[in-house]
Amino acid sequence: MSSGTLYDKVWDRHKVTTLPNGQDQLFVGLHLIHEVTSPQAFGMLRERDIEVARPDLTLATVDHIVPTADQSRPYTDDAAETMMSELEENVRDAGINFLDPTTGDQGIVHVVGPEQGLTQPGKTIVCGDSHTSTHGAFGALAFGIGTSQIRDVLATQTIAMEKQQVRKIQVDGELGEGVEAKDIILEIIRKLGTEGGVGYVYEYAGEAIEDLGMEGRMSICNMSIEGGARAGYVNPDETTFEWLEGTDYFQDNPEEFEDLKPYWESIQSDADAEYDDVVHIDASELDPMVTWGTTPGQGIGINDPIPAPEDLADDKVETARRAQKHMRVEPGETMNGYDIDVAFLGSCTNARLPDLRRAARIVEGRQVDEDVRAMVVPGSQRVQEAAEQEGLKDTFEAAGFEWRNAGCSMCLGMNEDQLEGDEACASSSNRNFIGRQGSKDGRTVLMNPRMVAAAAINGEVSDVREMKEVNLA
Amino acid sequence: MSDPTEDIPEVDYVEGTGIPIRGNDIDTDQIIPARFMKVVTFDGLGQFSFFDLRFDDEDNEKDHPMNEDRFKDANIMVVNNNFGCGSSREHAPQALMRWGIDAIIGEGFAEIFAGNCLALGIPTLTADHETINALQQWVDDNPDGTIEVDVEAETVQYGGNEISVNVDNAQRQALVEGIWDTTALMKANQNAIQETANSLPYV
Repeated sequence: MSSGTLYDKVWDRHKVTTLPNGQDQLFVGLHLIHEVTSPQAFGMLRERDIEVARPDLTLATVDHIVPTADQSRPYTDDAAETMMSELEENVRDAGINFLDPTTGDQGIVHVVGPEQGLTQPGKTIVCGDSHTSTHGAFGALAFGIGTSQIRDVLATQTIAMEKQQVRKIQVDGELGEGVEAKDIILEIIRKLGTEGGVGYVYEYAGEAIEDLGMEGRMSICNMSIEGGARAGYVNPDETTFEWLEGTDYFQDNPEEFEDLKPYWESIQSDADAEYDDVVHIDASELDPMVTWGTTPGQGIGINDPIPAPEDLADDKVETARRAQKHMRVEPGETMNGYDIDVAFLGSCTNARLPDLRRAARIVEGRQVDEDVRAMVVPGSQRVQEAAEQEGLKDTFEAAGFEWRNAGCSMCLGMNEDQLEGDEACASSSNRNFIGRQGSKDGRTVLMNPRMVAAAAINGEVSDVREMKEVNLA
Repeated sequence: MSDPTEDIPEVDYVEGTGIPIRGNDIDTDQIIPARFMKVVTFDGLGQFSFFDLRFDDEDNEKDHPMNEDRFKDANIMVVNNNFGCGSSREHAPQALMRWGIDAIIGEGFAEIFAGNCLALGIPTLTADHETINALQQWVDDNPDGTIEVDVEAETVQYGGNEISVNVDNAQRQALVEGIWDTTALMKANQNAIQETANSLPYV
């Protein structure tokens, strides 16, 4: 078993006791909730006549079902209105802080936690959403949970878990031009498989990770779960502390920043920490990645040939055949030139300010292909506001993108933003599962935000490195 | 204080008939598409299990084991590798449970999915590819054949065969002893919870 890692240290600090079944009971430092997975948990509490234990350590937002066009109440979708009303009632009854759209702080749960300064190193963070792994970018131990576990956390502010193994993923070298954090994680999942991380927590380390800003680190940790790892983290460093110091929370509480910093430093993995496994990736060899199939593990470099199913591992052959039929691609082809109908720039993976900035540099002075509908959905109201002030909204709209309000949107198609029929979508999101974007015949190609911008302009999946960037500064 | 584990059934043994659901990497968006999650209870989700694989655009039935009469009463699902990957939605095992599933045997399960199953008292048992393939084939040939799952002994018996399966230690103990509903169990440790909270610099 691992020792001396951030995971070991944070686990030990939060362990309450060992339960009779052998699981550990862990204290939860921050519980994030949203409208889709929490109402049943509140219902279970009511049935058992239990109060919310720590509303002060719980934060709510609305993201999955929130409309991104017309947000006036009641929502035109009755089901969405019901879910929103239920959440409003639950948080009011329990006294939980709710970042609703009237606050200016609403957004995707994994974007707003860090923005609020509540995602911190050495915290345990849970949420009824598998992409909770995102918060590991700050050196938090963060994982997605189911609704019965939400009930546990609401009732006790603790969770029952088994300790896992730790795999260090050492990403050395420098990223090439046009290659981003998203490409690193797509390569990791391609290499280790969608189930390769089951039983592991991933520690991302190395020069290429240290060089990333917090947003890039979040993109990587976000998709840990797509590789089967329930949690992933990066050791906190000066980049992390700088982000935290800049949040409203620590601007208002500078002495708390100084008080907590020694703790944050103390939970970093030791230089001689022991890992259960170590994997090496050379960042300098990566090209922009795109997926050709229907799992996030089915990725390739933009100019690489789509593999023949029979050349893959035995257990991947059938999945690959089904995927290639669904996507209508042939082995030996590249994804460069694959026609698209929709371009989606959004999601908890890639809808933060730097993501939108980079994409805007590709879009500036160009026009979205006439056969493509393209949309930008900022990750939060704060991202939206900052982007509008910088003029990014104007850039995108001038090019023919729709500029929307914050939410999960077409990442999972729970609101009105959905693929129709067999539309193909260049998407900065995290899942290309069949049906994921709202149409069971829809086709999703995952890629980084600049690649989405390039695909929107060209009407087909393209190598963004062949497009001249416009310097917006 | 009352025993926090009372009224929670022990799940040490499941008996019934099987249904094979073949394929690796079956994600929770397949098990229950997101549009059926626009609800505030889990009631009635069973009918939406694998909906897009079972019905076409006109709601006509497609070829899928869950549409076959011979599997209508099945309660033990036999699946392949990385079953339940993707979204953490408990709606997925809730839908399967409400369709009638009491236990799932497979090559491997995504972690959050397996945890959600445990929270509902549904055992997830694993065996290797060949063993699972053989069981799926047998279920196909013997839809009325009885399968006996012994969670405690980690064995499955069918058609005169007995195979060894693996159940995660904590899961096995929780199911067998009837301590898989952890709310009351953990709530009983109030003092220790408060002590841990007090020891953390940020709380």
